Amino acid sequence: MKLQEYQAKNILSEYGAKIQAGKVATTADEVEKIAEEFDSMVVIKSQVLVGGRGKAGGIKLAKTPEEAREKAEKILGMQIKGLTVKKVLVAKAVDIADEAYLGLILDRNTKKIVMMASPQGGIDIEQVAKETPEQIFKIYIDPFLGIRPYSARYLIGKLYDNPDLIKQGIELAMKLYNIFVGVDAQLVEVNPLVITEQGEMICVDSKIILDDSGLMKHPDYLKLRNKDEYSQEELEAKEMGLSYVQLTGNIGCVVNGAGLSMATMDLVKHYGGEPANFLDVGGSSNPKKVVKALDIITRDKNVKVILFNIFGGITRCDDIAKGLIDAIAEFKPNIPIIARLTGTNETEGRKILKDADIPVFASMDDVVEQAVNLAK
Amino acid sequence: MAIFVDENTKVVVQGITGRDGAFHTKAMLDYGTKIVAGVTPGKGGQEVEGIPVFDTMLEAVNETGANTSIIFVPPKFSVNAIYEAAEAQIDLIVAITEGIPALDESRIFDFLKKKGTRMIGPNSPGIMSPGKSKVGILPAQIFKEGNVGVISRSGTLTYEIVYNLTETGFGQSTCIGIGGDPIIGTNFIDTLTAFESDSETSAVVLIGEIGGTDEQEAAEFIRDKMTKPVVAFIAGQNAPKGKRMGHAGAIISGSEGTAAEKIAKFNECGVSVAKIPSGIPELLQKN
Repeated sequence: MKLQEYQAKNILSEYGAKIQAGKVATTADEVEKIAEEFDSMVVIKSQVLVGGRGKAGGIKLAKTPEEAREKAEKILGMQIKGLTVKKVLVAKAVDIADEAYLGLILDRNTKKIVMMASPQGGIDIEQVAKETPEQIFKIYIDPFLGIRPYSARYLIGKLYDNPDLIKQGIELAMKLYNIFVGVDAQLVEVNPLVITEQGEMICVDSKIILDDSGLMKHPDYLKLRNKDEYSQEELEAKEMGLSYVQLTGNIGCVVNGAGLSMATMDLVKHYGGEPANFLDVGGSSNPKKVVKALDIITRDKNVKVILFNIFGGITRCDDIAKGLIDAIAEFKPNIPIIARLTGTNETEGRKILKDADIPVFASMDDVVEQAVNLAK
Repeated sequence: MAIFVDENTKVVVQGITGRDGAFHTKAMLDYGTKIVAGVTPGKGGQEVEGIPVFDTMLEAVNETGANTSIIFVPPKFSVNAIYEAAEAQIDLIVAITEGIPALDESRIFDFLKKKGTRMIGPNSPGIMSPGKSKVGILPAQIFKEGNVGVISRSGTLTYEIVYNLTETGFGQSTCIGIGGDPIIGTNFIDTLTAFESDSETSAVVLIGEIGGTDEQEAAEFIRDKMTKPVVAFIAGQNAPKGKRMGHAGAIISGSEGTAAEKIAKFNECGVSVAKIPSGIPELLQKN
């Protein structure tokens, strides 16, 4: 689960890290008021969950409260990569003497938390990794020891020479680690980590992604979920235990299991069609899931045909078939639906569909080829 | 022979009194798996399908000599269940549970490495050596005894491919679902190593998907260390970047982990990659 910049900064602040002073606003009036309060130059930053906000014109500097209002009027309501800006963070501008990068991720290969630092702050770390990989420094953290001051010192020493900055940096590194394990994060990043002209270390922008599987330990964070991260359909699917991702084609797919779902999309493409979605009904046999799946897919007006590809293991083919019959009765879709059912209770499932005149195919290749023909 | 599980596997089911635990205990017993014990804290003394239930793993192992554990415990309690199995000196843990936090998985991985315990999963459909033992939730009727080893990160896609293999006369030595999470106990290379030295395995099918770099490392391992033929399939060629495709493992981030990148690496290392799942038997014939 991705957090907005202001939400990430709130967590940073809770853990004692020094962040750039700022307040959230949803109207230009509020922005003007906050700018007056700060009595200094401010930065108005759109709060949307995509990168490249600055380039898109979603981050602006304002010298006076009046200018802040003008800029806010432009930013609020603007579209950035398809998302509407509804909130801005009004932050007190700082005099930047130095920008660095400090972040943590869980590395799949070593299966350890890795903390990364780079003197190249303020730009995308992936870009640094590509262009100047020698400018990225890493420490791998023992899962049971946790971060220790000596390893933090090694890393921060790559960023600064000044003993006072090194001391502040070590403290910040330890706090970021505490956040990472404290909230079950996937990513905790401060970029840029700024040293001001006055020699103060301040987190000017931050990104935190929470591990969805970790949320059961931190139910309070569930309310931080941003509706923007998912479409209405994706959210409804999630609530029902389905995984749904909308794509741009015209062949709706309902499949059980993530691997088979992806393979089905690939097969659609292989036979010359375009998948309209990824939809994994998951491992259980609840017919209600099938009803929801059809509800969601039929809302996509591009869809010309829906194919079911079910390989029953835990999932029972007859439950899927019953769900499909219920869904057709409820939504009366006027596009063809075809199915392939193999595995647990396939005979019962196929009979239910045949009795309802839904074409049933024996193999995944057959059902996909037929769907591609029907979509033409 | 086969790998990791065979006729000598003695299984304890953790979470045996739960809905899934009880259901699959019966299915495994029907297949002939030697299940010797179950564990559910607070339910010691009961029986499920005639199998004695214990309160703790230590009692279950001491009383029955179980060497393998299968975990059906919900995510909240499964972290402890895995540590408990390892501390009770279990050799192999098969973790079916989906939704264990990644940070916990990283600590578990580290602990099991120090203990010398093997874990398959989490988020795995389990492992099966046809005709010998099934420790998992795989649908037994589609499998057939034979000499092809199957390794996969997925569940139902594995069934699809096994079904194709069986239909075309290729039986299997062992099929193993290594799990869909980013952090798992046993990876492709561990499994390939075991298949390479297994006398009953003559060829291997590797089923990968988007996310991470395990497949790329496996490709190099096959080129450098394997004498047996390996054919592959990679799912997710049309998956959009940055979207989670059903489970946490299947996400492409940055420049790592696209299907195209993986397929290119296999080709470069001389491993044939099937274009579609039903293309695998033909590739096996050629190799």
